[in-house]
Amino acid sequence: MSLTTASLNQGCPEKQYSENRTMGSAIESAGISKKFGNNRVLNNITFSVNESEIFGFIGPDGAGKTTLFRIITTLLLPDEGKMTIFGTDSLTGFRELRKQIGYMPGRFSLYHDLTVEENLKFYATVFGTTIRENYDLISDIYSHIEPFRKRLAGQLSGGMKQKLALSCALIHKPKLLVLDEPTTGVDAVSRSEFWDMLKNLRNHDITILVSTPYMDEAMRCDRIALIQNGSLLSVDNPRKIKDGFGKRLYRIKARDKYRLLISLRKYELTATAFPFGDSIHVTFRDDIYDQSLIVHLGSEGVENVTIEEMEAGIEDRFLELMERKPGGETEQV
Amino acid sequence: MKENVVISVRNLVKKFGDFTAVDNLDFEVYKGEIFGFLGANGAGKTTAIRILSGLSAPTSGDAIVSGFSARRQPEKIKQVIGYMCQRFSLYEDLTVRENITLYGGIYGMRRQLIKGRTAELLGKLNFEKYADSLISSLPLGLKQKLAFSVAVLHDPGIVFLDEPTGGVDPVTRRQFWEMIYETASRGITVFVTTHYMDEAEYCDRISIMNEGRIVALDTPAELRKKYNASSVEEVFIKIARPDGRLHTA
Repeated sequence: MSLTTASLNQGCPEKQYSENRTMGSAIESAGISKKFGNNRVLNNITFSVNESEIFGFIGPDGAGKTTLFRIITTLLLPDEGKMTIFGTDSLTGFRELRKQIGYMPGRFSLYHDLTVEENLKFYATVFGTTIRENYDLISDIYSHIEPFRKRLAGQLSGGMKQKLALSCALIHKPKLLVLDEPTTGVDAVSRSEFWDMLKNLRNHDITILVSTPYMDEAMRCDRIALIQNGSLLSVDNPRKIKDGFGKRLYRIKARDKYRLLISLRKYELTATAFPFGDSIHVTFRDDIYDQSLIVHLGSEGVENVTIEEMEAGIEDRFLELMERKPGGETEQV
Repeated sequence: MKENVVISVRNLVKKFGDFTAVDNLDFEVYKGEIFGFLGANGAGKTTAIRILSGLSAPTSGDAIVSGFSARRQPEKIKQVIGYMCQRFSLYEDLTVRENITLYGGIYGMRRQLIKGRTAELLGKLNFEKYADSLISSLPLGLKQKLAFSVAVLHDPGIVFLDEPTGGVDPVTRRQFWEMIYETASRGITVFVTTHYMDEAEYCDRISIMNEGRIVALDTPAELRKKYNASSVEEVFIKIARPDGRLHTA
């Protein structure tokens, strides 16, 4: 995959946050590769992140998201390539950069035997600041858990831990906030609230890098990178990635979904058929189907069939890109 | 319908000290059904599943699972159900074949039967080449499919899946759901929790828990209609945050 930095920058960031701001570059990643033993975890990763944007890495477990984030946060060295953050080389300038980066790892970084307030105070002290100094930055988030400030962090619910960890990552007012799967295992409502908080943080001139396995969260990012098996599949704003879907897509429903799916797979003009909620998303070899489909489904005993053309979503596009890219996990099966 | 009931929950309550985690649950699940068990974090799902699978005793009330009482016969329940949780139940330092043999033995299957089932399972998953690989060397998606297959190795009447698809790629997630469909079509009841709301739409019926109670239970289509919503996600948000306020817990 040879995505040049120049081509990535063309994906013009959406107006809502580019207005009245000169967009600098927050992260420049050029040809980053990393191996653990013989296992190639990152493969020539090149992209750039603009200042004050929410940039999402979307991909499954094992895609390389955490390794990449550890390189960006200067905790791990790449084997090849160059990582520049706010113009500073991460190799030589890591001391300076660490003060500017807030990192919330996937596994919680909280001390379970300290209280909520002690955790926050600890992180503030490590970075040479105080809770009071940057309170306005975290007040939105911290106010939800402040009533429990005397409680041990180990006794918080998942959603509260998440808010505390975010407060701790923010308390030194970083310019770059790196969040590794902050919403994994979190219910749909809390996830939605979390994304609202991130939107608010952007107004404080903080660049946010976030990873998630949930495709639906992609739409909440300014730009996203789809990542799979250590390679970037695509980098752009979510709208454009969706629009990149190459074929006509149909939503097909029937009373018995499983029978419908199996029957569609047997139909000779079917290119792909994937279950999506209560329907099957289908593409056909030459983009069209004819009466023979209806006849086929009827002969298979599939009843109450409805077919309509639809607009592809991010997940449809991701599936399409995965199919094209050999070496995917699913291909080995 | 009555003879097809495989889980029957009656006035089920579980308290931890003063805290009521499961508050008077009352519902039934049928044979061969894909039953989605949804709820926000902390709603009480895991506690309820632990009772239904014989791992935790109810404070009051009871659940009859495949004919056995969760209150009086939890050990019997464990033998007739399958269980797969979000973090793997497979042993990383054993091979694929060794894991299958181990679980077959735990479920009390005869050696000859385990052998046959192993060959069948490896063939169905197209896993022959991994038979003697360590679990730790397999990609996540393969592990998850194997963990599911092992959970139904002994042909249980019910299989409990606690967030089975967390973190896997979209293609594998769909292959996993096809395995669920196939399992249900063989008459095995699939009881599943998930945070992916689109997956809820795959279920025959779903229940939504909030603060220890089941606040909605129906087919996805009926729930969408009833709550005037275009998706289960919308239903979920309306139910889990009826007043629109931010819960902190």
